[in-house]
Amino acid sequence: MPNTREVRLRIKSVQNIAQVTQALQAVSASKVRKSMQAMYDTRPYASKAWQVLTHIAAQPGRDTLHPLLTKRADIKNVLVVMISGDRGLAGAYNTNIVRFTLQHFNDYQVPVSYITVGRKGREMLFRRRKKILAEFSNLPAAPTFVDVSAIGRLAVDEFLEGHADEVFLVYSDFINLVRQEPAIKKLLPLEVEAGAQRVEDYTRVERKLAASYIYEPGQTQILDKIVPRFSSLQVYQAIMESLASEHAARMVAMKNATDSATALGDALQLEYNQVRQQSITSEMLDIAGGAEALARS
Amino acid sequence: MPIRVEIVSQDRMVFEGDADIVIVPGEQGEMGILPNHAPLLSTLQFGILKVRLQGEEEDFAISGGIIEIQPDIITVLADSAENVEEIDVARAEAAKSRVEEYLEKEPPPDTDTYLAMEEALKRSNLRLEAARKYRLGRQPTQVSGRVPGEEV
Repeated sequence: MPNTREVRLRIKSVQNIAQVTQALQAVSASKVRKSMQAMYDTRPYASKAWQVLTHIAAQPGRDTLHPLLTKRADIKNVLVVMISGDRGLAGAYNTNIVRFTLQHFNDYQVPVSYITVGRKGREMLFRRRKKILAEFSNLPAAPTFVDVSAIGRLAVDEFLEGHADEVFLVYSDFINLVRQEPAIKKLLPLEVEAGAQRVEDYTRVERKLAASYIYEPGQTQILDKIVPRFSSLQVYQAIMESLASEHAARMVAMKNATDSATALGDALQLEYNQVRQQSITSEMLDIAGGAEALARS
Repeated sequence: MPIRVEIVSQDRMVFEGDADIVIVPGEQGEMGILPNHAPLLSTLQFGILKVRLQGEEEDFAISGGIIEIQPDIITVLADSAENVEEIDVARAEAAKSRVEEYLEKEPPPDTDTYLAMEEALKRSNLRLEAARKYRLGRQPTQVSGRVPGEEV
């Protein structure tokens, strides 16, 4: 039987933990609101860019439009951009992403290399001896497009130089505050048809397309500008979604931790009361025994 | 019949509304676009984009981007865009002198940094000039979204 002092110490430490987790929960709650806002703010641009891209793709002769839109017949190398968090204490957020990635790519026939965003993901892949091409960590709390455009550019370069024939993007899809799911998307070559479905979610009015475009200065220049940029934009959006997911996951994890700490605290309080009661009883018995012995003598 | 105009920058919707004529800084000079224009796709330069509706004009400082024109709608995908009325002159001024100071002190370590700095400088200059020339002290048309985004 533990004594009262021990139990009191444990109650104290559990209460401290609850306090810390509660603070973290509050911090994450405000962060998740901010990153959700940022995520929604980037959507108009993304949806408009998709729209323009689908319009281009609807033009005749699209197969030869741009190297980034061209499918390769022979897939020899695959590159995966995996987005995870820099920090732990976010429940299963980081492990889910990594597990999902490995499930997907472990039994690939061709060599797979990785670009990781976030320290946790890098560490986990590193331990499993995966080939990591580059890593990006310590992203700012609210990254701008400029902050992350290097990631997309690297992927595009690898693709264009032929080091990778397909590029995938693994990130966390933010569904709502309590649900975030790992998701995979093909980044390159860009699949405009697959995206066409999404555009309808975004655009309110579906319009009929007029005749083919006048390009100024030229088709190639414009495509050279819009297509690589659009890949970077997709990476950016994925990062925003993942950030919101990370904060949401952390918020939920911390809420659970606070709840468990409170429950444990209650249980310990009960134990403390029992121990205290017991020690009083035994003291009383001692005194009563002593008194009786005195009276008898 | 006015034409619909939508200007989006990477982090928000900047303008959404109708116009009688839109004047944009195209790659090969300024273009004035009237309703029922033929479909056109073009890149934009640094410059001022003007949206006119019934004698009223709203001006935007654009630092490059893409414009898509359809007969009834103009979509501008700007790298960054700001209503001139929203430009924070003090901050643009500060950004400008910061870059200039840095450039004077030592040459940048690599090309990427240099380009980024040049870009920042160009942007600050554009914003300052736009604010000086076009600002009239009107309230910008409100669109949903947050306050103008951060600069590098």
